Formats: sequence, structure tokens, C-alpha cells
Amino acid sequence: MRRQLAARLAQSLIVVIIVTTISFFVIRSAPGDPFSYESTTITPAIRDHWREQFGYNRPLPVQFIRYVTSVAHGELGYSFQMHEPVAVALAAAVPRTLLLTGLALGLSFLFGIIIGVLQATHRDGWFDRVTSAVLLFFYSLPDFWAALMILLLFAYWWPVLPAGNIVDPVMHDYMGGWEALVDRLRHLALPVLSFTLLTMAGITRYQRAAMIETLPMDFIRTARAKGLSERRIVWRHALRTALTPMVALLGLMLPALLGGALFIEKVFAWPGMGLLAAGAVAARDYDLVTATVIAGSVMVVIGSFFADLLHMAIDPRVRE
Amino acid sequence: MADPLLRVRDLRTYFYTENGVARSVDGVSFEIGAGETVGLVGESGCGKSVTALSLLRLVRPPGRIESTSEILFDGQDLAKLSEKEMRKIRGARMAMVFQEPMTALNPVFTVGDQIAEVVRVHHGGSKKEAWARAVQMLETVGIPAPEQRATEYPHQLSGGMRQRVVIAMALVMNPALVIADEPTTALDVTIQAQILELMRELQQRLGTSILLITHDLGVVAETASRVIVMYGGEIVEEAPVDELFKNAHHPYTEGLLNAMPQVGHERERLATIPGSVPPPTAWPKACRFHDRCPYAWDRCATEHPPLYQIGPGHSSRCHLAEEPERRADKHEPFVVMAGAEGRP
Repeated sequence: MRRQLAARLAQSLIVVIIVTTISFFVIRSAPGDPFSYESTTITPAIRDHWREQFGYNRPLPVQFIRYVTSVAHGELGYSFQMHEPVAVALAAAVPRTLLLTGLALGLSFLFGIIIGVLQATHRDGWFDRVTSAVLLFFYSLPDFWAALMILLLFAYWWPVLPAGNIVDPVMHDYMGGWEALVDRLRHLALPVLSFTLLTMAGITRYQRAAMIETLPMDFIRTARAKGLSERRIVWRHALRTALTPMVALLGLMLPALLGGALFIEKVFAWPGMGLLAAGAVAARDYDLVTATVIAGSVMVVIGSFFADLLHMAIDPRVRE
Repeated sequence: MADPLLRVRDLRTYFYTENGVARSVDGVSFEIGAGETVGLVGESGCGKSVTALSLLRLVRPPGRIESTSEILFDGQDLAKLSEKEMRKIRGARMAMVFQEPMTALNPVFTVGDQIAEVVRVHHGGSKKEAWARAVQMLETVGIPAPEQRATEYPHQLSGGMRQRVVIAMALVMNPALVIADEPTTALDVTIQAQILELMRELQQRLGTSILLITHDLGVVAETASRVIVMYGGEIVEEAPVDELFKNAHHPYTEGLLNAMPQVGHERERLATIPGSVPPPTAWPKACRFHDRCPYAWDRCATEHPPLYQIGPGHSSRCHLAEEPERRADKHEPFVVMAGAEGRP
């Protein structure tokens, strides 16, 4: 078990290194660099001077070694676009993304599991049919379009919730504790709602299938023969077993969720990792691009590591 | 005679499938006395397992127990009870031991937890008391180091150990009747003997009645006092165990006995019963065994035989009871059922 964990850690490290390397070279092979933006007042000579200052005129392998050395020393570089060290920009953005995706993930698993179980126990009944149809509808919508429609609906046509940002940019600092919390939640509502609706369908589908597979099993019949109530049979005996594939799904979904966060953050102007990365790519903000990729891959690796631990907690058969 | 513990009358369990109505159990009546062990024997598909599930009302849709059926247990008609009342019977007054100890236990809970759950649900009390009872029960069924074993998961135990756990789970509330559905089929031969011995010992100690369902007449010979033979959803013969082995009357029972391997006769070809059990959606008319029967004559294809009383406690569903001279006329069965293997 300890050896497994060590092997897993080594694997993760390799993944992070590979991802870092690829992103380093890919963003540099894109046309332009941090100093190629349009401006009439900056002469080519000045641009070249800057490039030399930051070492962007040197051969790529040399740049790569310099970059890796500085990262190894804990120095992630400077963001020209944000006008602050990359570490500072990341430190602000990462918790916002974690809040958004974490909350959405928690809610979509909670509701997905509950609905999936109810669908399986009332298979082919009206509840199964109606919820399946509704969720399939949301599942088949393109992410960004669905998010835009939700934005239009609740922030424009029927403006009950704020359209973007994490807090009210003007008034938040003047609010009391309770009011400030409500303000935060109101800003969270739309992005979390969109995110949850879009990911819940898949989770529900998986849970339904896992339950349908579990319910005819022999140990469920044993549970009935023991005189247990149907509720106890479904929510204790069947669900605990049917949760195992869900944990695997959680591990699989984490990378996709970070990708999805980009669209949601863009639509709802949520200044998290996704928005930061998108802006950085557009501005060829080299250090920031690579740093967001590193942060993203570290998050995915940690997430799937936790999924593994959770798997062990749920299924005694994989503990040895 | 006092009322028996269990009296089943005209039990009919039908499955309403797309291929028609499968009359898996079709008018079965029998009794089990207190402290008695009764063997229920038959080929796969004869309706013995469905009979067992029906007694506990565990038949799932599309299966249904028909309203004419009576399952009188301890003075209550189980067929008329609500689901909630039925839950109080299951696991407490009437329990079941299933065939596959590999899959009959939930893989994600410890065995102690699974036994203690029965106590908590039926008896209440604290978790600690239930756990102590579970550990005690594991000891009763002969599991060494029960405190340790109780904290283990099913996959950590051997097949024989698991079956002991299943038995402990069935007996923990000291039920009046235990239905054991092929309790030894999935086990090694040496373990089979141990488990049978354990069941016999516990039955004597606790005075539990046992309905032992099996396709293995050898198992019945060792444990049961009375045997019921089922074929085609019906009881075809019922007799005390010695009587059945000495004077089997029904040709199907005869076939089953001939199909048993005998020590000292290994080299001989084993006798088989030609054909297979017909599908329960289309039982043959009249005698359901006639097309596989070596004695069948025209009457067998036209008249459904009743259960003839042929001796004390011995009954047989065969017209040979009225025309015993026909037994001399043994021949190949007229029709060997072809393509009847595909049961729904």
C-alpha cells in the first residue's frame, strides 16, 4: 500500500514535468512573444532590447534550462500582462477556481447520485423518463452556449442575479459580514448552476447504470431476506457498492472540469485560473501560461490521488 | 396432530413474461413440522428455488404469488401479510441460506456488521450489543478467532467460512424455519460435509425446522427426514427419506436415484433421464413428465395424474399407482423433448 502510494507520487511528478515541458515549447512556437503587441510608440530596437533583457532571443533549449532552474528555486517568473509576479496572480486565481469547481462538483455529485439512484429504483417509471429527458437535454447542449443562455435568462431578461465577477466590485467593501456573504453567494449562483447542470447529467447516468447493475445482485436479495426495509437496502446496501464506479468517474472528470471551468469563467467573468490562462495565452505571457498549466496539472494529479484514496475508503477489496 | 409450523396450500407463483405466463410453481402443497428437516429435490428449473423465495415473499416482478395461495406459518397466512408485516418475519422468524456464499454477502461491509444488522433491525438495542451477538454467533458456527473475523470483509474469507457466516446470519435471531437453498452446491466436497454436519448439529441444538433445497439426493439422505420431489412446478412424490430411497414410486424419482453415482460402480456409465425440464411457459398437458417417462402409455398424455396416496406418508403423482402392472412395460420414452433447454 505504501509502495503503491510512492509509485503513484512518482508517476504524478513525471506527468507534471511532461506537461510543463510541452506547454513551455508549444506557447513559444506560437507566433509572437510578450513584446510583439501593437504599438506605434515602441520601436523595434526597444522590443529587441527587452527581448535580450528577458533572454527571449536565446536558443529555446537554453531558455528551457533557465526556466526549469528558476522554477526549481520556487521562482515562477513575472507576468507582463498582470504586472505582478506569476505567483501572486496564481495565488489569487487558484482559490477562486477551486471554490467554483469544488462547489459545482460537490453539488453535481450529490444531486447526480440521488437522482441516479431514484431513477434506477423507479426504472422506466415517470420519474426516470422525465429526469432522463431533462438531463439529456442539458448534457447535449454546448457548454458555453448553455452558460450564455443561463446568463441571459437570469441576469438580463429576468435580472435576479449578478451577471459576473466574484463580488460586487463597488459595494462589496462597504458591506457588513452577513451582507457580504450573501453578495458572494449571489455571484456564485449562476456559474455554479450552469456548471452543475452541465456535469450532473453524466454523473446521473453513471449512477443509474451502476445501481441497475447492483440491484439484481445476490447480496441485495440477502438483504431483503434479512428483513431490511427497502430504503435501507437501496441507500445502504446497494448504493455503497454502486458508488465504486462513481469514484473512478470523479478521477476521470477532474481534468475535464478544469477545461470546462475556462468556458464558465469566461462567460461569467469569474477571475479564476481559466480566465487567467486564456488571457495569458492571448498576450503570449510566457511565464504565466506555463505556470497556469503547471498549477492545473498539479491540481489534476492531487485530485486523482484523492479519488484513489476515496476508492480505497469505499471499497475494502482494493485496500490490500 | 398439532398444527405444523408451516402449511403451504396450493402455492402458485407465476411469472408474467413476454414469452407468456411461466407457471414456475403450480399448485404446491406441503407441511413442515416444528424441528423437522424436509428435503426439496428436483432438477434446475423444476420450481424449487421459486418455491423457497415464495415462502419468504421474495419473488420480484414480473413474478407474482397468485391469490389462491396460502402460506400458513405460525398461524399467520404470509400470502396475505403487508410488505411491512412480512419484513418482521424475514430474517427473524423465517430465514434463508443462499447458494452462493461468494455473492450472497455484501462485499463492502464487514461480516460482523452484516450479522449485527439483522439483530439491530429486528431486536433493536445498541450497536455494541448487536456486535457482541454477531461475534457470539460466529463462534457458534465454528469460526475460529470470531472477534477478529467479525471485522473482516467477505473477500478475506474462504468459501466455507463465508457459508458459515451466511448460516450465522440466518440463525442469529433464532428463527423457527430456515430455508437453505443449495447451501453446499458451491463448496468443495470436504467443506460440503462440514457445512451439512454444522447445519444438522445446529438444528438439533436450536430446534429449528429446515427446508433443504437441493438437486443432490445424497445431501438429502444425510440430513432430511422427509423428501419432497418436484418436477415441472408440481410435487410429484413425497415420502419419508428411507421409504423414498427403498421404494421410489414416481418414474422421475426413480430416474434421479439411478442418476446418482454409486461407490464401486464408477466405471459404469451413469444413467440419465432423457430430455430436459420443459420450459415453465409450456408445461406438457396431462402428466408433465410423460414425454421423458420410460413407462408412459396413452393415459399419461391425456389425464393429469393427482397425488395418489400409496403408503403411510408416501404419495406419488403417477398413474402407475392405479395400474402398477404397467411398470413391467419399460420402453424408450416416446418423445425426447428437443430444443427445450431455453427456459426464460
